[in-house]
Amino acid sequence: MNKRRAVKATKKISARIFSGLVFAFLYLPIAIVVLFSFNISKRNILFEGFTLDWYSVMAQNDALLQAFANTLIVASCSTLIATMIGTLTAVGMFRYKFRGKGVIDALLYIPVVIPEIVLGIALLSVFSLCSIPLGLISMIIAHVTFSIPFVVFTVRARLSGYDRSVEEAAMDLGANRKKVFFHITVPILLPGILSGAILAFTLSIDDIIISFFTTGATSTTFPLKVLELVRSGVSPDVYALSTLIILVTFTIVVVSQTFAYKRNKKES
Amino acid sequence: MRMKLKTSHKLRSKMLPLITMVSPVTLWLTLLIVIPLLYLLVISFASTDASHNIEFSFTFKNYAKLLDPTLLTIYGNSLVVAGLTTVLCVLIGYPFAYIMARTTPFRKTLMMIFLMLPFWTNSIIRLYGWRTLLGTNGYINNILETVGIIKEPLNMLFTREAVILGMIYTLFPFMVLPLHTAIDKLDKNLLEAASDLGARAVRSFFHITLPLTASGIFAGVIMVFIPSLGYFFVSDLLGGGKSQLIGNVIERQFKEAFNWPFGAALSIVLILITLLLVKIYTKAGGNVDELGVV
Repeated sequence: MNKRRAVKATKKISARIFSGLVFAFLYLPIAIVVLFSFNISKRNILFEGFTLDWYSVMAQNDALLQAFANTLIVASCSTLIATMIGTLTAVGMFRYKFRGKGVIDALLYIPVVIPEIVLGIALLSVFSLCSIPLGLISMIIAHVTFSIPFVVFTVRARLSGYDRSVEEAAMDLGANRKKVFFHITVPILLPGILSGAILAFTLSIDDIIISFFTTGATSTTFPLKVLELVRSGVSPDVYALSTLIILVTFTIVVVSQTFAYKRNKKES
Repeated sequence: MRMKLKTSHKLRSKMLPLITMVSPVTLWLTLLIVIPLLYLLVISFASTDASHNIEFSFTFKNYAKLLDPTLLTIYGNSLVVAGLTTVLCVLIGYPFAYIMARTTPFRKTLMMIFLMLPFWTNSIIRLYGWRTLLGTNGYINNILETVGIIKEPLNMLFTREAVILGMIYTLFPFMVLPLHTAIDKLDKNLLEAASDLGARAVRSFFHITLPLTASGIFAGVIMVFIPSLGYFFVSDLLGGGKSQLIGNVIERQFKEAFNWPFGAALSIVLILITLLLVKIYTKAGGNVDELGVV
């Protein structure tokens, strides 16, 4: 019996060590980014002393801030459009049987499985064929394209336990379709819609490859700006901005997840 | 007459919401997925004139160029990088996903959050963090030298191994998520039954757990292998141009060499590889729904 307990304890400890190592691997470069944002030396090799100067340098780096603003514009617009189209699609495909449903389903998987680089150059080719100028708009269109499937899939997952009788009851009580959709369907699906939107936003802010091909000269996003800077050497003010982004997102995610976890616990 | 009116009204009331719900996506996917991919296929058979404009003449020359000996080594390198990345992701990701699926709900949520959190920070900046760590005078060499394991700094940056490390780093969560889904669904009673019947842990792992979670492994393989053929920025950052991938060649055709038809032919090859893998996956009983749905 004692031996069994010992085996169990070893298993537990080795599991912790293993996952600890994996997380160390995932967070090591992030720690470097945070550390070097406070580094006196401009050469990103070793930490030589503490300073906050890079944060004021960053605050005056207009090109960098503009790139960051572009990232947020593209991500917000594309998330909004993709969430609307994706939610309608998921509900429509759940409710109705129609010819061509299988085709739409198959098409939705294309952006998920094909390499991003293929979608990127395919969109670039068509934009240039139709003389659509490359810039924020073309990038938003591209981001909506790869985001729609992810919204559809997350909303669809929420729909699997959906009870349509609530809608029917509302209809019987005299609500029209529009009212039913916005007052019944959407609120019930809201958690799915929100997680779809968060996913779309996440994919958009960190997208490199598709943005790389569909961006114009003046619409650089933050990831693309960093990619461009890598060739000439990244200055620590980029680290400073990244550190602020990390701080804000970590706070948002931790707070929202804590709430979600507490609520789930209460429900169950 | 009244009958007819009634049916047309019924038809309208059923068709109208369907059209409003499904037509936006149909239009969007047709214009921005179907047409672009077909156009890519068309230009892969075209050629370019002296000023890099696309000339629509039907030719196989772009496909013939795919067999160029200098390209063959790049394909080889690309397959080695993608293959090793995938294998290592499975080997590290499986135990990780297993631990995640078997721990308490609180720890599971925590592990999931911390697995996804790095995604919110720009992946280029994170890869640049690796570049700092791996450099000749960087921290890893520094520590190894201080401890006395090495005398001369190791040349880690700008190698194929560095590119593989960067790929694993970027794609690891895409392996863990489908694996976790598969392991989480596994019926624990089966394992208990096996243990009651006298099977040892190793035996029940290879005869029950592994076969029943194979679909998750394959989904993860697709989610890691396919992108790693195209992630040119990882080899740009950590391979320093020494470890070229198919993605780098395609990128160059579009941004430097301006030979779009040849780049298109290369990407048609990538599409074919993807289709082949997905086909094998579904043939083996895999569900496409489990691909990429986070």
